[in-house]
Amino acid sequence: MTRPRRTLVLGIGNVLWADEGFGVRAVETFYRHHACPDDVLVMDGGTQGLYLVPHVQAADNLLVFDAVDYGRRPGDMIVVRGEEVPRFTGARKMSLHQTGFQDVLSAANLLGGGPDRLTLIGVQAADLATWGGPLTNSVRDRIGMAIETALCELDHWGVAVTERAEPLDPARQGLLRHGIDLDGFERQSAAT
Amino acid sequence: MATISTPNGFQLNTGGRRVVVDPVTRIEGHLRLEVNVDDDNVIRNAVSTGTMWRGLELILKGRDPRDAWAFTQRICGVCTGTHALTSVRAVEDALGIEIPENANSIRNIMQLTLYVQDHLVHFYHLHALDWVDVVSALRADPKATSALAQSISNWPLSSPGYFRDIQGRLKKFVESGQLGPFRNAYWGHVAYKLPPEANLMAVTHYLEALDFQKEIVKIHTIFGGKNPHPNWLVGGVPCAINLDGAGAVGAVNMERLNMVASIIDRSIAFTEQVYIPDLLAIASFYKDWLHGGGLASRSLLSYGDIPEHANDHSPSSLRLPRGAIIGGDLSTVHEVDLDDPEQIQEFVTHSWYSYDDETRGLHPFDGITEPDFQLGPNTKGDARHIHELDESAKYSWLKAPRWRGHAMEVGPLARWVIGYAQGNPEFKEPVEATLRHLDVPVGALFSTLGRTAARGLEGQWAAHKLKYFFDKLMANLKAGDLATANTGKWDPADWPASARGSGFTEAPRGALGHWVEIADGKIENYQCVVPTTWNGSPRDPAGNIGAYEAALLDTPLADPRKPLEILRTIHSFDPCLACSTHVMGEDGREMTSVVVR
Repeated sequence: MTRPRRTLVLGIGNVLWADEGFGVRAVETFYRHHACPDDVLVMDGGTQGLYLVPHVQAADNLLVFDAVDYGRRPGDMIVVRGEEVPRFTGARKMSLHQTGFQDVLSAANLLGGGPDRLTLIGVQAADLATWGGPLTNSVRDRIGMAIETALCELDHWGVAVTERAEPLDPARQGLLRHGIDLDGFERQSAAT
Repeated sequence: MATISTPNGFQLNTGGRRVVVDPVTRIEGHLRLEVNVDDDNVIRNAVSTGTMWRGLELILKGRDPRDAWAFTQRICGVCTGTHALTSVRAVEDALGIEIPENANSIRNIMQLTLYVQDHLVHFYHLHALDWVDVVSALRADPKATSALAQSISNWPLSSPGYFRDIQGRLKKFVESGQLGPFRNAYWGHVAYKLPPEANLMAVTHYLEALDFQKEIVKIHTIFGGKNPHPNWLVGGVPCAINLDGAGAVGAVNMERLNMVASIIDRSIAFTEQVYIPDLLAIASFYKDWLHGGGLASRSLLSYGDIPEHANDHSPSSLRLPRGAIIGGDLSTVHEVDLDDPEQIQEFVTHSWYSYDDETRGLHPFDGITEPDFQLGPNTKGDARHIHELDESAKYSWLKAPRWRGHAMEVGPLARWVIGYAQGNPEFKEPVEATLRHLDVPVGALFSTLGRTAARGLEGQWAAHKLKYFFDKLMANLKAGDLATANTGKWDPADWPASARGSGFTEAPRGALGHWVEIADGKIENYQCVVPTTWNGSPRDPAGNIGAYEAALLDTPLADPRKPLEILRTIHSFDPCLACSTHVMGEDGREMTSVVVR
């Protein structure tokens, strides 16, 4: 080993679209409460598709938070590892904007590189249709458990994560600012 | 079945068989196409339906207008920056905020970077596989591929050994059953015309472009502070610049600026030595496939973009042209005004929304988004499983935007035809050189391939314009002007009690407008009209069909069960729909289904 292993903790999804935002909200909350060493990148990946390829390609360990639709009960959490994480997309896309995370993984794979340890922490979405909607309760309530699971996984990988003495101020220091942090977004959504 | 003549000059026939192309997912948010084909499998009717966001105004109402960009950049994963730019322009227009010259240059650099990256990625990673047969590339002779590549470009990566290596990698990839992005295409389809060597060259450049696009967006990181989701700022750009060495913490310094310069040089080289030669080489095999023109030869619209001078959004300042062409009359380019209530209007007669009076359109300042999902009496299936839409009723989540009542095509082809019609040599000369090279008449421009070619020429244009605005920025910085933001009206206390304004850009895929109304420092109303709403639009009360529907007409399908030709034409528009399909299904796959009835 010539260099320390790099870890990417990534949340993906669209925060404007109800439970679609789970992955981003989970990574935002994770970052708010936990500090990581320099070789760990904690990232709000949004729906950025190919923009994420270099980060995925550079990672040895990849932990992904994401909303999933496995036909389970809303809020059910699943943990998928390695080859089980669907790596290969099946669709001819109508739009690049539909670049799924599977495409990101396979692009990283095609280029050479990418993680050898990969874990997906997914939560079954209840509402994927309401624009501007907040997370549904059953999904929001799983953020804590998803983060606990992530901490176990990172610990298992030998990545030292520490709990922050004081959680970050989400609007000023968080991963998402300018009013789209979880609290700011939902406070306003509830008001309108 | 009766033939219908649309007011915008197309003949529709709803007889024959219906072919439905639908990306099957569990959530809405996708484009679906239904076409009727006649006995010869020629498309005689086309129905485009899709979902765009609804109710963005509900999300933004009551929020701080200075934050609107952060919300709008989440609409879409690829139009991220262009939505943010449109938003800050709308708020600045409403509040009368002027930006410094450096901010204008940096915003142009951000936008042009997106053009280069987006056009490149579109060509190689979305669209090329409609023309390039990956499986055929496995049969190519690397030596002949090398000879082909060297005959069209001096790009250095062109030795037989290089192509042999790539072919080997590709073989390994395919043989391991891991087709990845190449899965599920119509490999071997008779509509593919390239010899194996051209296919191998194109697939090789697919990989190079995938690698290079990562470099291009580093420019976004440098000026936007982070990537993904770079920062934007009402009043300028959120980056300080320090020309002295390492400089202040957080400032863009010389080292970073030199990196930008180097990426720009490589962008010019890649577009000129790889993208354009590949485009011409591929097009030369498809010169007899000039379908897909649709509205392109009739009605085109561009808002313009890339202002030469800060705060001057007049047509003479915009380096991408603003204007409208109607009825194919290239001798007149009409003026376009986003604030004129008579010009841009959205109709919902065939959209799943309701207005009090649906015979009329609403200007975005007066826009209403009231969902009203109902299916027409001739729908086959039910709301949960629509087998066949009834296009005589409401049939899409897209509204139908019109310019003075006309359905318009937007995008690179619109911009380039408008620039060409204005006689601007920056557009006219490359277009003419391309037509000469391929030995095709001007009319060939109005086609699927014409759209694809215009995008390529624009990618090259954008790479050169990047250099131009970078040099302009550097000259201004070196002259001592380091201002990047105007915070004079940052405090809402200095704003009028009520204000409204519009912001525009040309997104890579076409004209993008945001309209904002501000009351007491908060957003009162916010409306977006996006490029795919123009191009993917359903019909309007008069029966005019939109750009996708028009472009599909009269196209013959070699095999309706494998409608490669439909994908080709729709992909040429670079469609932009809400991006949420990363949600994984049980089998980890999303399938495009085709049903022929």
